[in-house]
Amino acid sequence: MNVAKRTFDAVIVGAGGAGLRAALQLSESGMKTAVLTKVFPTRSHTVAAQGGVAASLGNSTEDNWHWHMYDTVKGSDWLGDQDAIEFMCKKANEVVIELEHFGMPFDRTDNGKIYQRPFGGHSMNYGQAPVMRSCAAADRTGHAMLHALYQRNVRANTQFFVEWMALDLIRNTDGDVLGVTAMEMETGEVSIFHAKATIFATGGAGRIYHSSTNAFINTGDGVGMAARAGIPLEDMEFWQFHPTGVAGAGVLITEGVRGEGGILRNASGERFMERYAPNLKDLASRDIVSRAMTTEINEGRGCGPDKDHVLLDITHLAPENIMKRLPGIREIAIQFAGVDPIKAPIPVVPTCHYQMGGIPTNYKGQVVVPKDGNSNVPVVGFYAAGECACASVHGANRLGTNSLLDLLVFGKSAGETVVEDFESGTLSLKPLPADAADASLARIARLESQTGGESVFDVGLEMRRTMQKHAGVFRFDQLLKEGVQKIGEVAERAKRTEIADKSKVWNIARMEALELDNLIEVARATMVSAEARKESRGAHVRDDALDTAENPNGRDDANWLKHTLWYSEGNRLDYKAVNLKPLSDDVKPIALAKRTY
Amino acid sequence: MISKRSVQFKIYRYDPDRDEKPYLQDITVELEPSDKKLLDALVRLRAKDDSMSFRRSCREGVCGSDAMNINGKNGLACLTDVDSLVQPITLRPLPGLPVIRDLIVDMTQFFKQYHSIKPYLVNNEPTPERERLQSPEEREELNGLYECILCACCSTSCPSFWWNPDKFVGPAGLLAAYRFLADTRDQDTNARLDNLEDPYRLFRCHSIMNCVDVCPKNLNPTRAIGKIKDMMVRRAI
Ligand SMILES: Cc1cc2nc3c(=O)[nH]c(=O)nc-3n(C[C@H](O)[C@H](O)[C@H](O)COP(=O)(O)OP(=O)(O)OC[C@H]3O[C@@H](n4cnc5c(N)ncnc54)[C@H](O)[C@@H]3O)c2cc1C
Ligand code: SF4
Ligand code: SF4
Ligand code: FES
Repeated sequence: MNVAKRTFDAVIVGAGGAGLRAALQLSESGMKTAVLTKVFPTRSHTVAAQGGVAASLGNSTEDNWHWHMYDTVKGSDWLGDQDAIEFMCKKANEVVIELEHFGMPFDRTDNGKIYQRPFGGHSMNYGQAPVMRSCAAADRTGHAMLHALYQRNVRANTQFFVEWMALDLIRNTDGDVLGVTAMEMETGEVSIFHAKATIFATGGAGRIYHSSTNAFINTGDGVGMAARAGIPLEDMEFWQFHPTGVAGAGVLITEGVRGEGGILRNASGERFMERYAPNLKDLASRDIVSRAMTTEINEGRGCGPDKDHVLLDITHLAPENIMKRLPGIREIAIQFAGVDPIKAPIPVVPTCHYQMGGIPTNYKGQVVVPKDGNSNVPVVGFYAAGECACASVHGANRLGTNSLLDLLVFGKSAGETVVEDFESGTLSLKPLPADAADASLARIARLESQTGGESVFDVGLEMRRTMQKHAGVFRFDQLLKEGVQKIGEVAERAKRTEIADKSKVWNIARMEALELDNLIEVARATMVSAEARKESRGAHVRDDALDTAENPNGRDDANWLKHTLWYSEGNRLDYKAVNLKPLSDDVKPIALAKRTY
Repeated sequence: MISKRSVQFKIYRYDPDRDEKPYLQDITVELEPSDKKLLDALVRLRAKDDSMSFRRSCREGVCGSDAMNINGKNGLACLTDVDSLVQPITLRPLPGLPVIRDLIVDMTQFFKQYHSIKPYLVNNEPTPERERLQSPEEREELNGLYECILCACCSTSCPSFWWNPDKFVGPAGLLAAYRFLADTRDQDTNARLDNLEDPYRLFRCHSIMNCVDVCPKNLNPTRAIGKIKDMMVRRAI
């Protein structure tokens, strides 16, 4: 196959919040930049974010970045790196105000400032009471943000390659990153994008689970590409299950609903969160609420004929308020749950939502890997931001609204670092190896010629079911062990997928087969990392690591206060230290403590 | 309770790599009880015939990918209940745009018009330290405008857009234009109105209201267009 070559200063893969924020930085600095995206930018899944973006603006209640940092470290169950967390919380006001200047239609307070609402795990004065920190545009914050960022990129003349799917990362023998191969959906042609800098902003991989709030396109492509190219994946055992996915449909109901006063109830109408989190109740952090709900259901207090969900009740809120602050949620409830939440409660279940782990980076957005005894050596030419990256600010459990913030802060920071590295002459266009496109071409050729293989649909379904059963909200040693075995078998089957459609033009079958390769990397990483971590922490809770005096909540800091690194080759695991030291002297390290809400 | 059921389709098929010309294919699909939306049915169909092509992503009506012509009316597959549709369910690509393959159209012209209205906030005053203030009432003016998902259901149901896709901005683009005209933070009002003062760009709209009828987000481009026309009149006197 003929492979065209295109050359840029920088190539960004992904045009969600993180990719667009990085792109702005590069376009405005005059670098020749290509932004590749599988879908038109405003169709990226950032568009689905509802509840808000965190910043300690203090517009409605007193607030400051110290409190935000404390909440984030505690939310992460101390697995987050405190330098990156300090950086993010300190920068929050700046990037959110910037977004307002870009035209973001935030809701407003009576005195004209950005409207803020309470959100799970965000508190005042180190855990004392809920704080209003989530900056919101009704319940369409992600939509408003993504469109504002896209619009700003139109102004900056950013060059997009829309409906181009990146296939593989190109590295040379030194391990430096030289760009990506990519396929244009409309023609099926493969090209090499050769660049001095490559930024991955490909979003999450929630589609490894059967029940997920994620879009069809959230297939972990960046994470898969990195893994295949020998980059380790960090903390992949940590997946957030959002407490309130619409039962049966998976579509998200934002935590903002509880921020506005919504209450979770079991079959007897009891507000059960009062028992699990006496202080923050329904607004405790997500892992806690999801587990409480699962416990209620497992112990027979679920609702409905099958007792398989709980109810999210906002019938006590003023209808005007629901129409004003939660109009999108009302539409979703009517469309996907068949109930009008003004009149009846919404059936909800914990649903896979967010990938805490990802491609390891530092707070500057550089991808870092272990080398010569140092755990965090930047890979020349490689950067990542957003949900595909692990900075790590979310650690073992992300707080709601901290992801949109992560996109803005680290998208911008990755962009700035690339510009700096470019201007200081650290980056150069290195010669492409002769076999730069071979791996991608071989994957496509295999799909062309495969016979007697299996359908992508069937293998994908088996993967999603395996993940759901073996690595869910609660984890069991035996199920994890079997899961490692099973996912290995699914991975073997994925090597023999067969497609009937051989057209060059907009071949979705081929796209889905290539996406499955990426999902499988993510699924393997998740299962193997989860099986190995013999403690409970944040979103990862095992039956054999429960609350004891020595290990509160089952967390074992003596042995497990460390980041997992998983290598695709040989399913190998490695670990690296958590950075417990903040970036500056402005704040003291947040000392380890038991997490209660 | 919805049970297992088979549903009949007539679907527009065209693959330039294979077919000389487009045709309508009769297809029957067995649905699972959990398949409620038209998009679920199409995904189920693809498990049998992986060559059936359409765009999709969010499956909840916010990304704007899966707009198509459903029994003669434009809409989103993910927000349409299968059981609400008369069978055989006839699916065609959005009208008026070139077809790339099956239900996938070339949206270039649609986005060109969107880009032509300068879809970004213009404010040349020195950037303040904090947010620009806007009262809740001023912000309310943006409701019904900013929520557009660029699905193109409206523009591709508009006869004026069919005849002049290169000259008439179309309902989606004009809704976006008014979104910035209505924003108290934007200072480009005159240039924006100049940009539209043209026999085609704005004035090809004859208030036929097809756009309002199909918008899956219940937005009202006709009203926005009327408001732009009002602004033009007010500016002239
Ligand atoms: C329903 C929902 C609601 C949420 N609500 C909130 C909230 O209120 N607050 C909050 O902070 N967080 C929220 N989150 C989390 C947050 O929205 C996401 O983590 C975040 O938007 C991810 O942004 P991103 O830029 O990393 O990726 P995305 O927005 O997912 O974008 C990924 C981009 O990469 C591109 N891409 C992927 N693979 C390829 C490839 N192979 N080739 C080319 N391009 C590729 C895609 O086309 C897309 O442009 C929510 C998440 C969900 C699912
Ligand atoms: S009202 Fe105007 S824009 Fe809308 S369909 Fe009619 S002519 Fe087109
Ligand atoms: S106005 Fe409505 S129909 Fe038109 S593009 Fe926007 S969301 Fe779609
Ligand atoms: S799939 Fe996103 S709008 Fe229907």
